[in-house]
Amino acid sequence: MTTAAHSGATRTLVSPVRLAQPRGRLLYRLTLALVLLVTTVAFVGPLYWMATGGFKSSQELVRTPPTLFPTHPATHAFTEAWSRLGMGGLLLNTVVYAGGALLFQLLFDVAAAYALSKLRPVLGNVILGMMLASMMIPAAALVIPQYLTVLDLPLVHWNLQDTPWVIWLPTVANAFNIFLLKRFFDSIPNELLDAAAIDGAGPLRVLWSVVLPLSRPILGVVSIFGVVAVWKDFLWPLITVPSHETLNVGVNTAATSMPENSLIAGLFLASIPTIALFLVFQRNIMAGLTAGGLKG
Amino acid sequence: MAVTLTRGPARVDATGAGPHDRLAALRRSLVRNLRAHAFLIGALLCFVLFTWYPMIREIVMSFQRVHYGETQWVGLANYRQITADPEFWSAWRNTLEFTGIALFFGFAAPFVAAIVINEFRHAQGYLRVLVYLPVMLPPVAGILLFKYFMDPGYGLFNQILHAVHLPTSSWLASRSTAMPSLVLASTWGNMGSATLVYLAALQGIPGELYEAAELDGANLLQRIWHVTVPQTRLILSLMLMLQVVATMQMFTESFVLTGGGPEGSTTTVVYLLYNYAFNYDKFNTAAALGVIMLLVLGCFSALYLWLERRGREE
Repeated sequence: MTTAAHSGATRTLVSPVRLAQPRGRLLYRLTLALVLLVTTVAFVGPLYWMATGGFKSSQELVRTPPTLFPTHPATHAFTEAWSRLGMGGLLLNTVVYAGGALLFQLLFDVAAAYALSKLRPVLGNVILGMMLASMMIPAAALVIPQYLTVLDLPLVHWNLQDTPWVIWLPTVANAFNIFLLKRFFDSIPNELLDAAAIDGAGPLRVLWSVVLPLSRPILGVVSIFGVVAVWKDFLWPLITVPSHETLNVGVNTAATSMPENSLIAGLFLASIPTIALFLVFQRNIMAGLTAGGLKG
Repeated sequence: MAVTLTRGPARVDATGAGPHDRLAALRRSLVRNLRAHAFLIGALLCFVLFTWYPMIREIVMSFQRVHYGETQWVGLANYRQITADPEFWSAWRNTLEFTGIALFFGFAAPFVAAIVINEFRHAQGYLRVLVYLPVMLPPVAGILLFKYFMDPGYGLFNQILHAVHLPTSSWLASRSTAMPSLVLASTWGNMGSATLVYLAALQGIPGELYEAAELDGANLLQRIWHVTVPQTRLILSLMLMLQVVATMQMFTESFVLTGGGPEGSTTTVVYLLYNYAFNYDKFNTAAALGVIMLLVLGCFSALYLWLERRGREE
């Protein structure tokens, strides 16, 4: 049975011959069982505790020894968490921030990468170099001047604080996105674009009907990274959108003033969207992570 | 770099036409460039506004102070103020402590996990999903969860330790264990992405290398040391640098779990920067700290880029 399963795969650390022997097979099964047990406890355990914690009373939560199942499952902690946290509002804010950020990133970063890869304007390489150099800058070190800049945008003097723009626009300045996109566009043969151009298509048309349809995998990767980054960010939304908080920040703000079981119910509710997203798009996300983040 | 195909205008030039044609070619090249820059302008503006300009502004700010609404040049006064603050040194010590422990665990754990997972012929997909699951949580949710696990009284961790007759810990409540506890929470939440990167790297190792090593009589650990590690050396060094830079910017874990305490033992550099700006209202001193951070982490990043370049040349 084992031999059939791995006959097609390349050899790894342990030789297949060793695994086929009775002793090897036993050892393999034992390790597998142990690892499955440990990882499940370590990674699903806390999530299980969080999911069931909301159904317990605050007294039951602190009981020793802890209960595996809620003794008197009740749902009022969830409703309380929803209203105390203003979960609907937090969720809406975060979706608006993440969605807008995604849109702006796709619009501007794709256009920029296309220009740098295919249209090649003068100074294009200098601009690309300066963008890539910004990858070396630790984001947190620039938070102060960035904050002061969005309070009073140079020349136009707009105050972006507490508007979605303050989340949306800085996400566009993402050198890694441009790098990934440009590298992908570079791999699209110029002949293809030239053929479209001879047929009378302008650069925008070429981008839209030749380049983009070929670039779906990389667009997927960039989109996932874009949404997840906004969803997980903490320091920037903490200081720039204090009255329209993200889920991440809002949960923390409310944490100290809530009864324990409703806070845990709140944590669970806050985790559902991304976990669900991940479980649904699991295959694409995994493939995108390893393909997009690595090669080259 | 890729070979650039010279298009349109150049070909017209090559035919050696008169000045009229050259003017047309010039105009065409101008139009082409303007068009290309039009595609570039959105991203370019965002980079100018949110990365390049703030960077210059931070450096300028760090030599200035605002007095009753008036900006003055004060030389190195901000730098002197920040370095005279004992919290400055303890913040760097704390940050280095976090980075050190986080690397020890956060660097080893995903690599070991990847090696083990890669050996399995079953349940690989399940294990990958499992390890990556916490990465998808909103960080605050994952971090706050650990607040309950680490409660010295009723916390799950101490109850488990107690049940198996091991000494319990005061976790976040004591100076000596607070930082390692933060590392634990942070590693749990973040190790998934590194594990997946390593897994991808491991899958690129040709099986013949292991076979040859085995023929030479190398045991399991020797095979890991002499085949797995050298074969993934580039990825390992890159991830090391990335992780150093990421962990040196640690803020969320401290802010959410300990508030920088107990007794400032988990106040990191970014936390101090946040305090100076948003609690002490000293933005210029915070900017000086930001510049110091840029310099220190810039060195690490430069090393990272150098390694990447060297790796690409190989």
